[in-house]
Amino acid sequence: MLKHPLAKPLFFIFCLLPLLWIVANAVFGDLGANPVETVTHQTGDWALRLLLLTLLLTPLKNWTGNPQWIRFRRMAGLFVYFYAFCHFSIWYLADHGLDVLSMLNDIKDRPYITLGFTAFVLLTPLALTSNRWMMKKLGKHWKSLHRLVYLILVLVIAHYLWLVKADYREPIVYALIGGLLLLLRLPVIRQNLLYKQGVS
Amino acid sequence: MIKIKQKSDLNESEVTPEAIYHKRREFLKYGSMLSSALILNTVSSRLQASVDVTGYKQGVITLDEELTPFKDSTRYNNFYEFGTDKSDPARNAKDFDTSNWSIEVSGACEKKGEFMLEDILQGMDIEERIYRLRCVEAWSMVIPWLGVPLGKVLQTFKPTSSAKYVAFETLHDPTRMPGQQRAVLDWPYVEGLRIDEAMHPLTLLAVGMYGKTMPNQNGAPVRLVIPWKYGFKSIKSIVRIKFTDREPPTTWNLSSPREYGFYSNVNPEVDHPRWSQARERRIGEFFKRETLMFNGYAEEVASLYSGMDLKKFY
Ligand code: HEM
Repeated sequence: MLKHPLAKPLFFIFCLLPLLWIVANAVFGDLGANPVETVTHQTGDWALRLLLLTLLLTPLKNWTGNPQWIRFRRMAGLFVYFYAFCHFSIWYLADHGLDVLSMLNDIKDRPYITLGFTAFVLLTPLALTSNRWMMKKLGKHWKSLHRLVYLILVLVIAHYLWLVKADYREPIVYALIGGLLLLLRLPVIRQNLLYKQGVS
Repeated sequence: MIKIKQKSDLNESEVTPEAIYHKRREFLKYGSMLSSALILNTVSSRLQASVDVTGYKQGVITLDEELTPFKDSTRYNNFYEFGTDKSDPARNAKDFDTSNWSIEVSGACEKKGEFMLEDILQGMDIEERIYRLRCVEAWSMVIPWLGVPLGKVLQTFKPTSSAKYVAFETLHDPTRMPGQQRAVLDWPYVEGLRIDEAMHPLTLLAVGMYGKTMPNQNGAPVRLVIPWKYGFKSIKSIVRIKFTDREPPTTWNLSSPREYGFYSNVNPEVDHPRWSQARERRIGEFFKRETLMFNGYAEEVASLYSGMDLKKFY
């Protein structure tokens, strides 16, 4: 199924659905009383959800012993960047009216923005080097560079936890999932999983 | 900025959405002919009419700014007693029963006891006041409230000279207010004002908005409206009032003392530690606008705080 020629196009459409949902609601004037806030939250949520999905693919490969899962990793990662970019853009446009100084001040003064912005900046080289050509060119450095994604995950979860006023339920769920995905990378645990699957 | 106008010279169609404008005309037309109870039924049969707001004095304090549409101010609410998402209160407060509402009055006053809301309001003129509402989350609305000046009500309880502050408390009943089943805040919600703030003519004890009884999700049946303070000071669904000689505890201050002070006056120069208060998004607008000192009510209230360091007493 993962190898099916339609698998990738379908996955592409799946990743596009949140955007289509937002656009459809915007067209029908259904984004609520504070559309800017709605779009900021939706794009932030989907950037994070797809980031978690991206990081789930390798454990899935190890679990199932099926390397096909990795085929979806680049597209998922690029969609993370796409939603993060939308998230950043709406904030820069609507909250700062494209004023660079005002934006920089906000990044400097608000720790939760500092964290989100750092995550966004760090995502940029990953998006730029996600193609095959850069992979070849960077060789073994590619892997070390892309390990930044673990730091990015931590930054984003801290970004979310820091902006909550009283109700921590949602960011805690994301933090638990994120923490689990990071745990699965620990050599001891990974070796164990691989061993059980008879892959190693 | 605030104009006290006569009903006759207020051009209402300028500030009121069409539908409400027409509804109001109906009110006036039928007001003299029918009993008030009957009118309430024609306006909305779903409202629990524990407070009769018909025949209110229109446009006593008004504002030349566009009203926030009723559908936005009733679907975008911070009322954690009914859930933490802004869309929760409209859904979860639908069946909240506010009939037979009473308020317990205690502390430094002569007339203590438990009073029915109708009795408290008995003989008082309900006025319409159009105020800006500025939330601490940096968004704002313009809302036509109905109510009576809080000071007038408080006077009837005859506060004594040791009444330096007034404390307020929201209903605590997790079966009726499902949001209270989780300890997101330390229930019941409590708030407080200095006595001069409470007695200030702008401070309103509100029982309605947009010409109607207060919708449940907006703090039915009775709430405060203190237009120069962040929205969370305007406590909703009040069941207790206590006069005290000491600054009373307030819920958001207990939750995060560094972020929410007792005064919480709207002040563009004092930022919330996590976000800026210099600008706000008016609901319905895309870009942010400048936040005004004391939410635009400096002329009326700045003198209450003369000599105080507002950075320290935030
Ligand atoms: C340029 C960098 C960023 C800026 C300026 C930024 C800004 C914001 C703002 C203003 C909010 C809303 C806060 C509120 O309503 O109180 C927010 C929420 C959020 N952001 Fe970011 N952010 C950035 C980067 C990111 C990145 C890279 C991600 C994920 C990959 C992310 C995920 C989230 C999430 C999950 C939320 C919470 C949404 C919700 O409450 O439903 N942000 N961000």
